[in-house]
Amino acid sequence: MDKTVKNLAFGLLVLVVLTPLGLLAVGETFGEWSNEEIMEKLGFVPPGLESHSDSWSAPLPDYALPGSEESMTMSAAAYILSAIIGVVICAGLLYIIGKKVAKN
Amino acid sequence: MHIPDGYLGPYTYIAMWIIMIPIWYYAGRKLSSELKSRQVPLLALAAAFSFVIMMFNLPLPGGSVGHATGAAIIGIILGPWAGVIAMTVALALQALMFGDGGIWTFAANCFNMAVVMPFSGYYIYKYISGKAPLTSSRRAVSAAIAGYISLVLAAASTGFMFGIQPLLHQSAEGIPLYMPYGLNIALPAMLLQHIFGYSILEAVITALIFGYIQKTDASLLYGEKIIAVDRNSGKSAPA
Repeated sequence: MDKTVKNLAFGLLVLVVLTPLGLLAVGETFGEWSNEEIMEKLGFVPPGLESHSDSWSAPLPDYALPGSEESMTMSAAAYILSAIIGVVICAGLLYIIGKKVAKN
Repeated sequence: MHIPDGYLGPYTYIAMWIIMIPIWYYAGRKLSSELKSRQVPLLALAAAFSFVIMMFNLPLPGGSVGHATGAAIIGIILGPWAGVIAMTVALALQALMFGDGGIWTFAANCFNMAVVMPFSGYYIYKYISGKAPLTSSRRAVSAAIAGYISLVLAAASTGFMFGIQPLLHQSAEGIPLYMPYGLNIALPAMLLQHIFGYSILEAVITALIFGYIQKTDASLLYGEKIIAVDRNSGKSAPA
């Protein structure tokens, strides 16, 4: 592997360890409100929005372990675990596909 | 920027699937015909990097939270079509595993972050760079501007998709069925947060990674064939 790519991979590992910094941001994201938040804003939940909103239950919703206590340490650990899962699956999948299709 | 299920009505999300399927097909074809072995680790790293960078939520004054995506630098380094593939993989995992972005709205999210961003990023970078030498600082500045504008464009596209929902889908009593806010609210909200916030982060990330690759191994950049001079014979050979 090129030295540059190796160093970039190392940089990515550092980022993975630092991901819990992303948890410090508290606030709302426009257009990504929960049904409760919409209820607060409008006094109702648009019917189509409500019926679509549980069409998929992700195993690790919001990069957290479902049902776990909400201590900062637990959230940080779950967040780092999510980042590791993300890196392993994204990089692994594209490495395998890439190796299959790549030309010299 | 990750539109959840329920915020777009069927007209919009079906249209986005119809637009995205040929783009994915062509991106796959393009990847198989152009990808070099040497780029494979970089492609793998790119998707992983984008996944991780989107976890860094940035709070803005006013209480908004958002993130950069890394899509512009991926488009610049690996080319826009490889950018489509890398970003699609990251977004798919976010949606399926972590519920970040909807399933019905997956194609719409891919259009904004996996198409608009790598393409605008790459072409803005190319346009501003012009014929500047590969190692020039003008190229790093071009990359930063490309990163900035690409995320603003993605925000505009997302805001537009949100904003047309009340026009497209209303009950007989005039109640919005999906995203309740129209263009007059959704478009400025998405644009302002990105113009004064997240796009600055995208510009910094794009410039940092670009600068690093430019300094250490500019031959990794997409479409750049570097002629390395063989010191012993004095003949030039493609690197």
